[in-house]
Amino acid sequence: MPRKTRIIRLTAVLGALLIGMAPAARAQIKIAVVGPITGSNATFGTQMKEGAEQAVADINAKGGVLGQKLVLEIGDDACDPKQAVSVANQMAERGVKVVVGHFCSSSSIPASKVYTEEGILQISPASTNPAYTDNGSWNTFRVCGRDDQQGAVAGKYIAEHFRGARVAILHDNSAYGKGLADETRKAMNAAGLKETIYTAYVPGERDYSALVSRLKEAGITVIYIGGYQNEAGLIIRQAKEQGMHVTLIGGDALVTKEFWDITGNTGEGTLMTFPPDPRSRPSAAAVVQEFKAKGIDPEGYVLYTYAAIQIWAEAATKAHSAEPRKVAETLKANGPWPSVLGDIAFDKKGDITKGDYVFYVWHNGGYSQM
Amino acid sequence: MNHGGSILAYALQQLINGVTLGMIYGLIAVGYTMVYGIIGMINFAHGDVFMIGAFLSLIALVGLAAIGVTAVPLALAMALLFAAAISALYGWAIERVAYRPLRGSFRLAPLISAIGMSITLENYVQVVQGARVKPLMPLIPGGITLMNQNGFAVRLGWLQMLIVLVTLLVLAIFTWLVTRTPLGRAMRACEQDLKMTALLGIDVDRTISLTFVIGAALAAVAGFMFLLYYGSIDFFIGFIAGVKAFTAAVLGGIGSLPGAVLGGLLIGLIETFWSAYFSVQYKDVAAFSILAIALIFLPTGLLGRAEVEKV
Repeated sequence: MPRKTRIIRLTAVLGALLIGMAPAARAQIKIAVVGPITGSNATFGTQMKEGAEQAVADINAKGGVLGQKLVLEIGDDACDPKQAVSVANQMAERGVKVVVGHFCSSSSIPASKVYTEEGILQISPASTNPAYTDNGSWNTFRVCGRDDQQGAVAGKYIAEHFRGARVAILHDNSAYGKGLADETRKAMNAAGLKETIYTAYVPGERDYSALVSRLKEAGITVIYIGGYQNEAGLIIRQAKEQGMHVTLIGGDALVTKEFWDITGNTGEGTLMTFPPDPRSRPSAAAVVQEFKAKGIDPEGYVLYTYAAIQIWAEAATKAHSAEPRKVAETLKANGPWPSVLGDIAFDKKGDITKGDYVFYVWHNGGYSQM
Repeated sequence: MNHGGSILAYALQQLINGVTLGMIYGLIAVGYTMVYGIIGMINFAHGDVFMIGAFLSLIALVGLAAIGVTAVPLALAMALLFAAAISALYGWAIERVAYRPLRGSFRLAPLISAIGMSITLENYVQVVQGARVKPLMPLIPGGITLMNQNGFAVRLGWLQMLIVLVTLLVLAIFTWLVTRTPLGRAMRACEQDLKMTALLGIDVDRTISLTFVIGAALAAVAGFMFLLYYGSIDFFIGFIAGVKAFTAAVLGGIGSLPGAVLGGLLIGLIETFWSAYFSVQYKDVAAFSILAIALIFLPTGLLGRAEVEKV
């Protein structure tokens, strides 16, 4: 089929020409936001997109960065690790200088390998798994906390507020769950409270009654769970059905309506660690007004995404360059950087120096900061 | 680990947990064993019909609440009927589409078709209902406290009692159906020899279709109980529960109705007591190891009959 081959070749040449032409455009800096625009986490993807669009609009209104306008690319990884890698490659092809994203840790981590190789800076507004920055890449940053910072807050709190209680620490053996449980246990032990039971459960099951009876017989009054909303919901529901009087404490995974849907009233009083609502910070007041004027409620990760772009722009200005390596060095060497989230400084790994977790409580079908 | 001298109460509580779990496995296992008894085929899609039954029950309950049916017993009864009826339709359609065209072909063909059907149903539900877990609030909360030993109260929930009752009732009805009715006689005839049964004037296609319809309605009952008790379902529950129930059917002796419930009960108890006294993480390893050992010494299962080749 020589004819077909010729067409393919022609298309390839044309394509190469087009790709070759794109970067030759005028003074613009391409940046990207990548998150779950579709899929079951699409709510968060939309929040990231809204935050990024507003940040870019605000920066361009003030004349852009280094005298150049910012152009925003939007990528969709659907929180699927494979799709995350292919989107990362796409972004590299388009020549973006910085990627704000991704959302899920399981997407951010594989994508970060691509960005490291391609020399692109990555700032995640939401991925809390320690492994994301722990592998020591020069290019990975986050403006949210880490799971181990979360565990430290939870462990200290349990030791102080439930002194002398019989505590069970459970986890689901996942990277997130076990990490969280271990950090909590470490901090709790350091603060002088030893757990009575420490064990893993099998995620994805429905029947946790045997485990619950075991906790009941050990006289447990506080259950800490490193795991997700579904299993945590079932465990507390089955514990209350067996007549236990316990307080459930968990991580950020329980801050979702799904948890209450499963537990109903048995979830009353459940505590979990979560960052304080960024909307109530004084540093965010002006930007929150801007969002509200557009009819957008800047909830969840909107302001985190906004802050990531804001901080990047300031660092690029300070470095007098948008070259990713230079910006990365500047981000770590200087700071704290003023942002809508308050002043943020980065350590050598690219994590924020102040872990900001506070306690939220479930009450009557809603949750609020304690 | 025992901290207050409540050995007896603790064991009793775990027994209640294990029996409830075992009865749920048994309820699903009855469907596997029934189809196997008639056409000698493992209907791998049965676990997924169970899942569809659970989803249909949830859809019905949400729908009834939306149109203002708030009386819990009435809503439950209507939801169960709805789920059983639509699931029966699924059962009929599955047999018609995936198994009947392959009847008379080599033995593995319908088995492969069943696995394909199972994957199709799972993906279908994942696409139309989404991959997220669907919850149901506790509708029948509460129960009674059986005893109290040194501060350890043994609880028996209303739903746990209901599950045991429903499973035993289903077992009784189906044993009666198979051993005492014309349909049951036709089923048993099909089990022995399809061709001979047809020669004697029994509509084999109709008998097999009915078996699938009944099996699917039964799966819907199990799905309904599962939804009420655990209050959390997703498109994948059919696979996990299906594997356990299938194991129960094999352990009890596949083809035997009481064997299925007995097998379910044993697996539920092994899992629970292993979690209670050893490790919570390795309960499945324990359950399947015991299954493997049991099958070495009892290849036909606990209540199964050895196949006698008549010459």
